[in-house]
Amino acid sequence: MDQLLQHAANAMIIGGTYALLGIGLTLIFGIMKVVNFTHGELYSFGAYMMYAWVMLIGADFMVSLVLAVVLGIALGALVEFVLLRRLRGADIDTTMLVMIGAWIAMQNTEQLAWSGVAKSIVSPFPADPLVLGPVSISWTRLFVFVVALVLIAATYALIQRTKLGKAMRATFQDRQAAALMGVQINSIHTATFALGSGLAAAAGALLGPVFVVYPTIGDSASLKAFAIVILGGLGSIPGATIGGFILAFAEELGAGYVSSGYRDAMGFLLIILILIFKPTGLFAQKERIG
Amino acid sequence: MTAPTVLSIEGLSIRFGGLTAVEDLTFQVREGEVLTLIGPNGAGKTSAFNAITGYIQPSAGDIVYRGECLVGMKPNQIAARGVVRTFQKTSVFSGLTMFENVLTGLHLRGKQHPLAIMLGLPSVRRDEERLRAEAWEILKLVGIEARAGEQASALPYGELRLLEVAVALAAKPTLLLLDEPVSGMNPTETADFMTLIGRIRALGITILLVEHDMKMVMGISDRIVCLNQGRIIADAPPAEIQKDPEVIRAYLGERYVRARG
Amino acid sequence: MTNRILSLAWVAFLISIPFWMEDLYYLHVLIVTGIFIIAAMSLNLLLGYTGQLSLGHVAFFGIGAYVSSLVSLGFEIHVLPNTTVSLDPKPVWFAMLVAVIFSGLCGWFIGRVSFKVRGAYFVIVTVSFAEVVRLVSLNWMELTQGPMALNNIPYLTLGIPEVFEVEFIGKVPCYYLVLAVAVFTYVVIRRLVQSRAGRAMIALRENEPLASSVGVDVTRVLVLATIVSAGLAGLAGALYAHYVRIVDPDVFLFIYTVTMVIMVITGGKGTLAGPIVGGLVFGIFPEVLRGFQVQPEIQWITYGVLMILIVYFLPAGIVPAIRSLLPRRLVEGGDGSVEPNATAEARS
Repeated sequence: MDQLLQHAANAMIIGGTYALLGIGLTLIFGIMKVVNFTHGELYSFGAYMMYAWVMLIGADFMVSLVLAVVLGIALGALVEFVLLRRLRGADIDTTMLVMIGAWIAMQNTEQLAWSGVAKSIVSPFPADPLVLGPVSISWTRLFVFVVALVLIAATYALIQRTKLGKAMRATFQDRQAAALMGVQINSIHTATFALGSGLAAAAGALLGPVFVVYPTIGDSASLKAFAIVILGGLGSIPGATIGGFILAFAEELGAGYVSSGYRDAMGFLLIILILIFKPTGLFAQKERIG
Repeated sequence: MTAPTVLSIEGLSIRFGGLTAVEDLTFQVREGEVLTLIGPNGAGKTSAFNAITGYIQPSAGDIVYRGECLVGMKPNQIAARGVVRTFQKTSVFSGLTMFENVLTGLHLRGKQHPLAIMLGLPSVRRDEERLRAEAWEILKLVGIEARAGEQASALPYGELRLLEVAVALAAKPTLLLLDEPVSGMNPTETADFMTLIGRIRALGITILLVEHDMKMVMGISDRIVCLNQGRIIADAPPAEIQKDPEVIRAYLGERYVRARG
Repeated sequence: MTNRILSLAWVAFLISIPFWMEDLYYLHVLIVTGIFIIAAMSLNLLLGYTGQLSLGHVAFFGIGAYVSSLVSLGFEIHVLPNTTVSLDPKPVWFAMLVAVIFSGLCGWFIGRVSFKVRGAYFVIVTVSFAEVVRLVSLNWMELTQGPMALNNIPYLTLGIPEVFEVEFIGKVPCYYLVLAVAVFTYVVIRRLVQSRAGRAMIALRENEPLASSVGVDVTRVLVLATIVSAGLAGLAGALYAHYVRIVDPDVFLFIYTVTMVIMVITGGKGTLAGPIVGGLVFGIFPEVLRGFQVQPEIQWITYGVLMILIVYFLPAGIVPAIRSLLPRRLVEGGDGSVEPNATAEARS
């Protein structure tokens, strides 16, 4: 029982960052109809930026975190502007091939820049964990959890409350009508991709200090994000949020009670179950976007 | 009441969210006739087509074809039972030649097991030859055999619309649903199309038509069902429809006067 | 007719290669390229003809390699506390057959599950599937030896033992084996895409609503394409295993899928010759880069950038581009369209 509580606590904490990853990907898919294979690379970009600022330059941890996210947003905007803008109106497979090409190029650039050796990032929090009865949680993880929740809330607020969010929702529902109503589709796409990328970079920057950073962490991040998004229904933000937590629980329990080697297989298992029993995802709108 | 009913629509309703496209629609199509659905835009004609052919699920009602309920079947299963449609927006396999389009349309008439195909058995070759001959017959029936080798994307509009009908005919329909087949055609093309409908009829194929061109509708229909706002307001032969005051008020009046004048 | 002569000349040229190519290293490059071309041809059936991207194609390749190795080596595993499953070594040809069937079954499962819903699902399911299979090969030590690899995989022998046997060991016999399997794969795919089943696949790619309105069962056709494609990829994997005779979890590396995809789109997806042309280009290209002593990362970055550039500037691929340059008469009937019958009819 105590062990179960500990697993649950771990899952909650990781789940927050998974939700960030999933929300970013589902936004990009829902609004732009792009299956974003660079998502994981933005995640590892966030983690490496964290490493660069904290460990190489010696910047403050919090400042580094903000910088990593801002740079992630900028890189996302750049990717959209350089690669995707000219593919407007192309079918989903064409953009997918371009994103796969970009993924490979980005990952190997990272490998060149940082070498294959794993890096670790030192966090400024006390090393002694917080102990609550049978559960112990490191302060770094707790911090990661809180920041992830704040970012999730901020994303919801951005989408529900701001003018940009309104335009994004309009584009999501009916791109042509939105364009007719004066929404600048180009800017919405750039903003969406930048926001989604920023969320992925934030997830990477947050989990970087928890785990270690190496060039291919992006691959499993991408796969997790895909699993989360299918779980929640392609294009559904609440689905991605809850999907993030479900995946984290499945991984934590799978690694704890089955075998740690299969932690990363849990996402696939969930995808298969979902496709067999509820193919539209747990929270999909009636009218599918996919 | 001579010919038996083949398709019977009972209480068909179609809703999208809060929007009602078709409400409580009931009509029958009889063997061998040409029945036309008319009505203003948004009257629910295309929605009814989509429901009959399995592209959308009706919210309520029954669709029975030759004693079999079509509701819940997939489009390909419905096609296999002889109910084949064309689309309102021109829809062909644009990357293929005309001939290949029709050959593809012959899918249901082919008998080739995947294993036999991969083993290259002679039965497959014979079947292919038969299909090619049939494709050629259909192109000739529709009258577009002269450009058989041309890619569909390079065809003029009128021939594209004919190609659509050819592809649908290839699926061996017993009931053919045509969704505004002559929209965008010029008067000569429309007249040709009317004779084509006659040839299709002669093959014993029942036709359910949605069309706005009143000259054609009045010229070829045995019976006309007029829809307005998702409901039937008239169901009668052309001569009576032209005199029906409600039809004239709802829809026909102005257009028909213009078409006649 | 010209096409048939061209194909025969091309095969004759390929047969002649070992007679004049003296450097066995180049023959090795050709063998590996040939194996990848077989895999790329199988991918093309899905990506090019049905329009579905299998981004985990290496899974079927790797499964073929592992299954063929395991059946030919034999194995013993403990499944439940008191139950062991064991298999004595079987002949290699039989192992390869099992590999093809098993890969095809995996394709059936993946297709069945992911084609329930259309859209991006197939891509995501296949890419995750490949990752899971890699994890299994890494972690199921008892069966796969994990990172220690399966070693001493037997080579293929054909014929009657002690009467007449051909041993496919060494570069030259393996080259001919790969060539024969490549021709076989080409013929199977060609027959398929020029038949009723292949037309249904193309119809789905071109216009899915119209295809189903003429009676094409979307799921069935897509699953069929996935089974055949996976089975042929498994065959390529089995060939690979019995050629290099060592298999480790690295056969599942994602970058191999990327290599297959890039071969198909460079050569021209949905054309029979496309994967061959693209495969030759990308089989030989790394060797050219090797001459310049570039790091593998640079090679992959080049691949990624090339992929983007091809999508932008040569979206149909090399083969269609060349075809559009040739005079029309030469091309007619290339992929078996209207011709002989139709023209005969036209004259009558």
